[in-house]
Amino acid sequence: MAKQWSAPVLLTLSMLGAPAVLAATPESLVAAYAAQAGVPVESIDVAVGEALFRQGGGSEKQCSSCHTQDPRAAGRTKVGKRIEPMAPAANPQRFTDEKKVEKWFGRNCKDVLARECTPLEKASLIAWLAGLDREGK
Amino acid sequence: MNMAIRGILVVSLVTAATAISFSWPGALASGGDKEKRAWPAVRDEAWVSECGACHVPYPPRLLPAASWDRVMDGLADHFGENAELAPETSERIRSYLKAHASGARGIGWRYDDDDKRANGAGNAAPLRITETRWFRHEHDEISARVWAREAVGSPANCGACHRGADKGEFNEHRIKIPK
Repeated sequence: MAKQWSAPVLLTLSMLGAPAVLAATPESLVAAYAAQAGVPVESIDVAVGEALFRQGGGSEKQCSSCHTQDPRAAGRTKVGKRIEPMAPAANPQRFTDEKKVEKWFGRNCKDVLARECTPLEKASLIAWLAGLDREGK
Repeated sequence: MNMAIRGILVVSLVTAATAISFSWPGALASGGDKEKRAWPAVRDEAWVSECGACHVPYPPRLLPAASWDRVMDGLADHFGENAELAPETSERIRSYLKAHASGARGIGWRYDDDDKRANGAGNAAPLRITETRWFRHEHDEISARVWAREAVGSPANCGACHRGADKGEFNEHRIKIPK
């Protein structure tokens, strides 16, 4: 998308003081986390992401405790508030804001795994979620 | 004065005092109907988006400033969950909450005092709105069975019954208790 923007548009945005970083995409985030991990993007394994989502954490708290086992479905916080689906196919807003992504990885990895997630785990998880289509696999 | 008239006077005075002290705290501040429709009138954006991501952004007036300090100091373990924020966001929300807390200037409602009367020892900085005497009084007709309903889940889930809660609307007319 960014590539299609004309120079005048970009110039206007920069004059308006728009953020220097253009909106992220799931793909750009996977690439950035892969780079942080020091591995090629092509080596990112969606199965690692799926396993993290489905089996990460102990018995007490898992991703699915709030997000359910289906990332295309809405989840529910501990106090009952709706959580929009995690899969971009069901919710295009997901993984478009790097700060938000980092904030929630920060919180939720500590809750579920009692540690930070590694860049490799983050890349794999986003890659898996972004690869899910609306209906099935 | 005739005893019967005195009795009526006492009863009506007590009723009026009770009605005022237990009515929605917004009624005590200026702003009137407009404020009660969407309350609090001042809504900080960071408070709405950050606190409101997981639960209804709880109106700051429902706890004293000392409570909000405790809440904001403990975000790494926020009722069992990590709710850490970037320092600048955290400080912004802390200032907003404290500026509009109960007991803040111009806001004549102190749950801490209430709880001191209710519990003897008292708790000057309760962490939960549900611990306040005001909350218990307002919800005393709600049975444990209702709180336990799937669609309610917990008394922290204001929006289950107060349909405008996420917009700051707690008007009695908008209450609909789910089956």
